[in-house]
Amino acid sequence: MFDHDISAQLIEQVNQAITDKHCLYIHGARSKQFYGNPIEMEHRLDVSPHSGIVDYQPSELVVTVRAGTKLIELEKLLIAEGQILPFEPPIHTENSTIGGVVAAGLSGPRRPFSGAVRDHILGVEMINGRGEVVRFGGQVMKNVAGYDISRLMAGSLGSLGVLLNISIKLIPAPKQEVTLAIEANSQQAMTLFNQWRPTPLPISASCFYEDCLYIRLSGGVKAVESFSQRIDGDILPSAEGFWQAIRNQKHEFFDTLDKPLWRLSLPPATPALRRFESDTLIEWNGAQYWLYSNAPTNIIRDIASKHGGHATLYIGDRPGVNYFHPLPSVSIMIQKRLKQNLDPHGIFSSGRLYKDF
Amino acid sequence: MEEPTKIQSKLISKFSEFLDEEAILSDADELRPYECDGLSAYRKTPLLVVLPCTIEAVQKIMAICMRFGIPVVARGAGTGLSGGALPHEQGIILSLARFDKIIDINADHFTARVQPGVRNLSISTAASSYGLYYAPDPSSQIACSIGGNVAENSGGVHCLKYGLTLHNVMEITLVTAKGELLTVGSPALDTPGYDLLSLMTGSEGMLAIIVEVLVKLLPQADEKQLIMVSFDKIETASHAVSAIISSGIIPAGLEMMDRLAIQAAESFAHAGYPTDVDAILLCELDGSKEDVSEQIEIVQRILTKGGAVDIRIAKTAEEQAKLWQGRKSAFPAVGRISPDYYCMDGTIPRHQLAHVLESMNQLSKQYDLPIANVFHAGDGNLHPLILYDANKGELEKAEKLGADILSLCIEVGGTITGEHGVGHEKLDQMCIQFSTQEIQQFHAIKSSFDPHELLNPGKAIPTLHRCAEFGAMHVHHGKLPHSDIPRF
Repeated sequence: MFDHDISAQLIEQVNQAITDKHCLYIHGARSKQFYGNPIEMEHRLDVSPHSGIVDYQPSELVVTVRAGTKLIELEKLLIAEGQILPFEPPIHTENSTIGGVVAAGLSGPRRPFSGAVRDHILGVEMINGRGEVVRFGGQVMKNVAGYDISRLMAGSLGSLGVLLNISIKLIPAPKQEVTLAIEANSQQAMTLFNQWRPTPLPISASCFYEDCLYIRLSGGVKAVESFSQRIDGDILPSAEGFWQAIRNQKHEFFDTLDKPLWRLSLPPATPALRRFESDTLIEWNGAQYWLYSNAPTNIIRDIASKHGGHATLYIGDRPGVNYFHPLPSVSIMIQKRLKQNLDPHGIFSSGRLYKDF
Repeated sequence: MEEPTKIQSKLISKFSEFLDEEAILSDADELRPYECDGLSAYRKTPLLVVLPCTIEAVQKIMAICMRFGIPVVARGAGTGLSGGALPHEQGIILSLARFDKIIDINADHFTARVQPGVRNLSISTAASSYGLYYAPDPSSQIACSIGGNVAENSGGVHCLKYGLTLHNVMEITLVTAKGELLTVGSPALDTPGYDLLSLMTGSEGMLAIIVEVLVKLLPQADEKQLIMVSFDKIETASHAVSAIISSGIIPAGLEMMDRLAIQAAESFAHAGYPTDVDAILLCELDGSKEDVSEQIEIVQRILTKGGAVDIRIAKTAEEQAKLWQGRKSAFPAVGRISPDYYCMDGTIPRHQLAHVLESMNQLSKQYDLPIANVFHAGDGNLHPLILYDANKGELEKAEKLGADILSLCIEVGGTITGEHGVGHEKLDQMCIQFSTQEIQQFHAIKSSFDPHELLNPGKAIPTLHRCAEFGAMHVHHGKLPHSDIPRF
């Protein structure tokens, strides 16, 4: 694969920002520009040319990749070796990068079953707030030397440093996958999730949309065939396309433009939220709700909080509203200090996560 | 009784306002058990030991220590192997031993809310009536506490498939250095803001005091099979490990023992291990009956092709337990054949296993100290046990051999600690693994949580001064300076 190392240029630009005291907007393909609070974008740091595979030995189940590497190219390489990214991240455009997905901390349909982005980050090489190249973690499965700064980078939206290379733990691609469609209302769907949960049913994705529950079974050939016969549902013929659409947020549900799109993250086994019966798509066995709603922000967030979860304004324009769920004051204070200490010159994407930092 | 120092009396009087007499230990005899943790080569006496049993009391203790600038070392069951709970002579030990309640097992959410002093194994025991269990299982699971597990990001035999402590913890409640209450993570699958849960897990008591933990529970597997495989060469066994993982199978556990460890474990536990082979692998497969039966065929094929001299599948649950018992008692078993041993914890990429094991063999000869190997092969997490006799003055030699092994791990792209933590023990090796800038970044994290450095000061992250004195070479990109010079 094409290998392009532009770290020297990126370091120079970071140092320039420190000298000039301006804030950098770090980006890859800019396919997630909609995500997070709007920030100053005058000075851009484009990481997308920094791309290629640094190291990939399939027997290690680890790939080390430059942050600007396109997700579709990375996945093509992995699948040729029978491996996949366990967190099945959304690929918003064909140019979307691995660095962008890690920075945004976004995981897809496989998340409740195989883990989130941060769970699979083994190490990073990054440019820190002083313009220095630093490495944390590594390529091995277990590593407790020093604080886990590499996983802290997941979801930090470019506010703590510039990701250069990322080492990611992989899993073997399932030998067999079958998707079943089952007619159900939201409560019946939740009941089914809870019935299946203690069983060895090898679910690797679930989606509830318009009175239909879709579940994907993954694993060995015998197991998937045997379990799919035990469930009263129809085999979905175009399953791969269906899950790609869900994963990449290209499913017809995501076409609505006239209302803000919320993402509710709730504890698994939360009962169906009756208030949000329509305009919803439910994933992660009920732990992730996609919701189009004009309801006031505080009402949506109160419902999420009441159930032990949180609500993110995923796409939408609500002036004055924080895109991410408010944090308790002790947490805000600590995160603010963390940001100040790791980015002492305030040059990285300040305000995108929370206005205070 | 010794005359308490002035500061000691002041603290006793402050703490007595809200703690029972039994919750404050100051007598020399009472303090002695707290002088060290599982790494008994290092000992110090703290000013006091406090044993609160409410979160409010922990908050008050922290506020008082903050006011008087008293260092606080948190302690769970004291089973740690890196000296993480070694006392500070001017500080107190904050024992979480009395936080020993399982608050709630939620069989709908598959979670358990527990206090930090709850023992690892007792979570699974309590959850078993619901068909659930807590996956991470360090070998000390009978004794070690969940608070300590979180502080060290403990692993165990089954983390190859089920992850480390980090992957099995959802939410942690902590008391900050100032005495405030902080919650990180949540019962949902993600949390807004920075991922403080990742930062806290494995932070070795340096950032805040853990007072409550919400752990994830898993349904017990339908089917479990254990294979014991013998090899006449350790190199062949090492290659078999990579071959199994490359085939697309993730065993629940994949452990290796070398000849010395096998012999020690067999004479101790009578597990039924062959004592005339160079290495054995224990490979556990779990999941649905269909998946396990499919996988067991594939694994057997790989092992036969890969040069195994004997393959034995445990026929009953009792036989499985017996084979595991040998593995889990390997450390005490080695303790019987040598006056002292020193346990290392480096992790390396799997494909380096054969090279590193052979290099360790050379080092063992060079230092004239035997090494027994019993470790998590699937994770590449080594646990060389260096056998020595402290009475013969061999400790220093053993430590040097250990340091050489850790340098070797870094050299091949690994790390100095996979699951035991840095603690007091591996501070010097941190100077080899990390650059000045990286160590500064760690200090920046520490000061965000604990600006006055009262929480476990002097552990886990070395000062730059210490690194300068140690004169360590930072190994850049796994390459030692002058890498062309043979080192063995």
